[in-house]
Amino acid sequence: MQAREIAAAKTALDQPGAPIVLFDHVQLAFDERVVLRDMSFTLLKGHTKIILGASGSGKSTALKIITGLLKSDAGVVWVNGQRVDQLGEREMMSVRADLGMIFQEGALFDSLTVRENVGYKLYEETDMPVDEVDRRVAEVLGFIGLAEQVDKMPSELSGGQRRRVAIARAMAFKPTILLYDEATTGLDPITAITVDDEIVKLRDLEGVSSIVVTHQLRDAFYVATHMAVRAADGTVRIVDATPEKEREAEFIMLREGVIVFEGDADSLRRSADPYIQTFLS
Amino acid sequence: MLSLFERWAKSAALEVQEYVRLTMAAFRGIVTPPFYRHDIVEQFDIIGVGSLTVVLLSGLFTGAALAAQSGMTLDQFGARPVVGRLVSASMIKELGPVLTALMLTGRIGSGIAAELGSMMVTDQINALRALGTDPVRKLVVPRILAGIFMTPVLTVIADAVGITGGWVVARYQLQVNSGLYWSSVVKGLYLQDVWVGLIKPFVFGFIIVTVACHVGLRTSGGTAGVGRSTTLSVVAGSVAVIAADYFVMQILIALLY
Ligand SMILES: Nc1ncnc2c1ncn2[C@@H]1O[C@H](COP(=O)(O)OP(=O)(O)O)[C@@H](O)[C@H]1O
Ligand SMILES: [Mg+2]
Repeated sequence: MQAREIAAAKTALDQPGAPIVLFDHVQLAFDERVVLRDMSFTLLKGHTKIILGASGSGKSTALKIITGLLKSDAGVVWVNGQRVDQLGEREMMSVRADLGMIFQEGALFDSLTVRENVGYKLYEETDMPVDEVDRRVAEVLGFIGLAEQVDKMPSELSGGQRRRVAIARAMAFKPTILLYDEATTGLDPITAITVDDEIVKLRDLEGVSSIVVTHQLRDAFYVATHMAVRAADGTVRIVDATPEKEREAEFIMLREGVIVFEGDADSLRRSADPYIQTFLS
Repeated sequence: MLSLFERWAKSAALEVQEYVRLTMAAFRGIVTPPFYRHDIVEQFDIIGVGSLTVVLLSGLFTGAALAAQSGMTLDQFGARPVVGRLVSASMIKELGPVLTALMLTGRIGSGIAAELGSMMVTDQINALRALGTDPVRKLVVPRILAGIFMTPVLTVIADAVGITGGWVVARYQLQVNSGLYWSSVVKGLYLQDVWVGLIKPFVFGFIIVTVACHVGLRTSGGTAGVGRSTTLSVVAGSVAVIAADYFVMQILIALLY
C-alpha cells in the first residue's frame, strides 16, 4: 500500500462511526468442541456492542479473540485498522495498547496492591515517570470512586470493588476500546448499576468504543438506554439516552456460537423469536 | 489398545514440544530486553534466601548420617580415620547436589507451579498479556535465573554444613581426631569432583524451575487443576532431577576424568 493510502485509511478510521472492531465469519473450536461457529459483526467507533448469551455460548471466547489471547481457526478479525487474526504475539502488543479488557473474574494481580494493579501497564511497560503514573492512578481511582482503597490488596476488597479496580486497570492507559466481560455478574443491583454507570461514563465522556458482554438483561438495557452528560459546572449526570444515542448501542444474541439476533434495544424487545423471548422473560 | 498408546504418545510429544518452546522463549527473554529487574531480584530472594533453612537442615543431617553409617562400614576394615574422605566425596559429588535439588523441587518447584497455575486459571496470565507483558519474560525468566544461580550456591552451603555435620559425628561419636578428619576431607577432594559438584546443581536448578514453570503455565481446570499441577511439578521435577543426575554424571565422567 502507498503511504498516502495508509494515511487516508488512518484518517477514515479516525472518523466517528468508522468500524473499529470487525469479525468476518470467525470460527473457533477447542478440539472437537465448536465454540464459535460463524460470527460476524462490526463495532463502530464510539458505539456500544452488547453481547448477550447463556453461559458457554462463546462470549468470553469472542473477546479473547479480539485481544489476540486466542486465535480463530478461520475468518478475519480487524481491530483498530489491523488484521489481528494473523498477527504474532509481539505485533499484537501494539494493538493491545489501544485495548482494555475487563476479565470475567477481574483477574487482578493478587500479589500487587490496588495502586500497582491499576498502574501496572504504565509502571511496567511505559517510560512514564513514576510520580506521573501515581497521579494517573489517583485520577482513575477517583473516577470510579475507590480513591481510599489505593494501598489495599485485591483480597481485601469486596466483589464490586474488585470489578471497579479491574475497570480502572483497563482504562488507566486510556485505550480507545474497552471490552467488558460480565463486569456486573454476581453483583447486587445497586453495585451493578454503579459499574454500569462507569461503562456509560467512559463511553460518553472519554469516547471509548465498548463491547459489553453480559447475560444480565437489566444491565444490558441500562447501558443501552442511558447516557452521561457533563453539566456546565463540571458535574456528571447519567440521564435517559436520546433516541439517536440509544441506536448507537447494538445487541447481539449468541447461542452456541451462532448469532441469533442483531439489532437495537427496541427490536430486541419486539423480537418474536422464542429463544430470545425465553431469554428476555 | 493401540489408539490408547497412540494418544499417550501424541500428548507426550506435545508436552515435550511445549516444554522446548518455553525454554527457547525463556532463553530469548534472558538475552534480549525488556528485563523485569525488580522481579529478578525478588526471585533471587525468594528462591535463594527463602530456601536456606531447608537446605541447611537437610545438609547437616545428611552429612551426619553419612559419617555415622560409613564409620560403621569402615570399622570392618579398621579404616575409621578416613571417614572424612568418604563424607566429603559423597557429599560434594552426589548427595549435596541431589538432595538439595530434591528439597528445592519440593519447596520451589511446587511453589512456582501453584503460583503460575493459579494465575493461569484466574486469567491473570491472560491479563498480563492483554496489558502488553510477555509472561515468559515477567514470570519465567526471573525464576530461571534465580534457579540456575541459587541452586549451586545452596548446594555449596549444603556441602559445607554436611561436612561439618560429618565432623560432629566423627569427632564425638566415632572419636576421630579433628585434624585427621579435616585432612582426610581435603584428601578426598579432587578438582574434578568440585567441578562435578558445581555443574550438577546448575543443571538441576534449570530443570526444577523450567519443569515447574511449564507445568504451571499449562494448568487448566480451576483449583483442582492447580492441585494437580503442584503435585505433577514435584513428581516430574524429582524424577527429572534423578534422571539428569545419571546422564550429567555420564557426560562429566567422559569429559573430566
Ligand atoms: N481454553 C479452553 N479450552 C477448552 N475449552 C474451552 C476453553 N475456553 C473455553 N472453552 C469452552 O468454550 C465454551 C465457551 O466458553 P466461553 O467463551 O467462556 O463462554 P461464555 O463466556 O459465553 O460463558 C465453553 O463450553 C467452554 O467450556
Ligand atoms: Mg464468559
